[in-house]
Amino acid sequence: MVAAKRALPWLAASLRPISSTAAGSLPKQVKIVEVGPRDGLQNEKNIVPTQVKISLINMLSETGLPVIEATSFVSPKWVPQMADHTEVLQGIQKFPGVSYPVLTPNLKGFQAAVAAGAKEVSIFGAASELFTKKNINCSIEESLQRFSEVMHAAGAASIPVRGYVSCVLGCPYEGKIAPAKVAEVSKKMYSMGCYEISLGDTIGVGTPGSMKEMLSAVMKEVPVGALAVHCHDTYGQALANTLVALQMGVSVVDSSVAGLGGCPYAQGASGNVATEDLVYMLHGLGIHTGVDLQKLMEAGVFICKALNRRTSSKVVQASSRL
Amino acid sequence: EFQISGLPDYVKIVEVGPRDGLQNEKVTVPTDIKIELINRLSKAGLSVIEATSFVSSKWVPQMADHTEVMRRIERHPGVQYPVLTPNLQGFHSAIAAGATEVSVFGAASESFNKMNINCSIEESIEKFEEVTKSARNMNIPVRGYVSCALGCPYEGNIIPAKVVEVSKQLYSMGCYEISLGDTIGVGTPGSMKRMLEAVMKEIPVSALAVHCHDTYGQALANILTAIQMGVGVVDSAVAGLGGCPYAKGATGNVATEDVLYMLNGLGINTGVNLYKVMEAGNFICTALNKKTNSKVAQASFNV
Repeated sequence: MVAAKRALPWLAASLRPISSTAAGSLPKQVKIVEVGPRDGLQNEKNIVPTQVKISLINMLSETGLPVIEATSFVSPKWVPQMADHTEVLQGIQKFPGVSYPVLTPNLKGFQAAVAAGAKEVSIFGAASELFTKKNINCSIEESLQRFSEVMHAAGAASIPVRGYVSCVLGCPYEGKIAPAKVAEVSKKMYSMGCYEISLGDTIGVGTPGSMKEMLSAVMKEVPVGALAVHCHDTYGQALANTLVALQMGVSVVDSSVAGLGGCPYAQGASGNVATEDLVYMLHGLGIHTGVDLQKLMEAGVFICKALNRRTSSKVVQASSRL
Repeated sequence: EFQISGLPDYVKIVEVGPRDGLQNEKVTVPTDIKIELINRLSKAGLSVIEATSFVSSKWVPQMADHTEVMRRIERHPGVQYPVLTPNLQGFHSAIAAGATEVSVFGAASESFNKMNINCSIEESIEKFEEVTKSARNMNIPVRGYVSCALGCPYEGNIIPAKVVEVSKQLYSMGCYEISLGDTIGVGTPGSMKRMLEAVMKEIPVSALAVHCHDTYGQALANILTAIQMGVGVVDSAVAGLGGCPYAKGATGNVATEDVLYMLNGLGINTGVNLYKVMEAGNFICTALNKKTNSKVAQASFNV
């Protein structure tokens, strides 16, 4: 068991946004973590050529997004869409001030990622035993043990690690998830050294009610400055859920350009919330994101053309002349 | 400031699918289908269903069968079936057809009024006053709508003071409730809050409703903001019927199913059976040969 140790607090602090929240007021600034190129594309049916992925990420870099999840160092046997991970990471332009984290499900992936030039990695836990069993064929405890190998190696290499917790508001197998379970897993990952914990409503079943309940529990164990929300829009609740999170002091939000990435658990349903729609809301609230919405929309139009699919972003749907 | 607690225990949903929704659908729907839709919605526990519009069929062909619809729908006890009455003539026809509640539509934008009904806000208010006077004499409640409350397709930004002015006029002429409409869906929780703060200084929050369009995906966040501020009446349309006439291909009304899902999750009472609304939505979408705009329905029905 890894000794409770915060990896690289100085680096972690610089990665956190300047959020000044009083109880009940909104953050002045929100850091958007763009997961389209990884989480989005991974859940799209059509395989995207490497050059298109690189162009997408470069276009996103131009928008002002501070964090762009670039790819996943997972076996191509499991995730063919991410088979070109090394090529993508080495082919993209690395804009100064922009982070390009990559997923590393295990030590092998981590090592490959670092060899390919990764400067930040992510690991994925879950608040549901059944989900963990079905997805990676082990228990939550065992998955955390696997991650501790990655944490060790990351610590030694001065590489920050972001932790994701899936199924925080519901599980496709277990149904209801206890907020206490989410708090427990989040706390473990945070004390293992993750600088930030992204709480994911994996199947989008959450509502402002369950979001509030879950965050209240987690915030007892993990400081709000280290929390992010990753809402899926499968039931149309994502922006309302995100708003509640902001009201409770969360200032980091994950989203996906054009709302890329369907839901593997509800055929034909949507998944990730669209970055364009999120930015529209944040700017309307006077919250600073650093993102140029126009350029973001262009990146979304580009990737939708390449994927031959319609955008899931309502802002883009309302703006384009058909 | 924003509150998480302090939400209303109960929210009244005003179902506008059969009127606002169908009016903005390209396909003209047979009278029988309209009646069947309204009857199904009546069985879902909704307490208000906007049934039709007594407007000239020249302007709105979809609503040409208003009298027949009004006469033939099942009138469930405890359910209101308001109808739109843009002028005195429409009002009289509505009453003759059995209407027991009517609605009038104002707007917070001069340009929008000019483009839509070819008169100024002032002139439109005069017309509505004729309706509300007659309605009062007959003990018929009148609901007032204010369009463009958060933005106008022609004027762009709309100042809250203008929304307050028009709302006040409608309220003082006797409208029991004022539904504030984000007609082109451009509002965000920021502009919703500012607008409601201004209106709530002049009109009791219990007389206010919000009518949010989801054209930019902001509707549920805007509705949440409104109910956090004490608003207890929300307009929505089954299956998110009704596109946006100002943004081709874009969506319009927020879907009743998605609103219900959120309110249920917040522990707020509505009296409405989500599943029955989804079934009604499935029915009308099949009839219209279109895909539902409700994400809850999309996630729930296996395609």
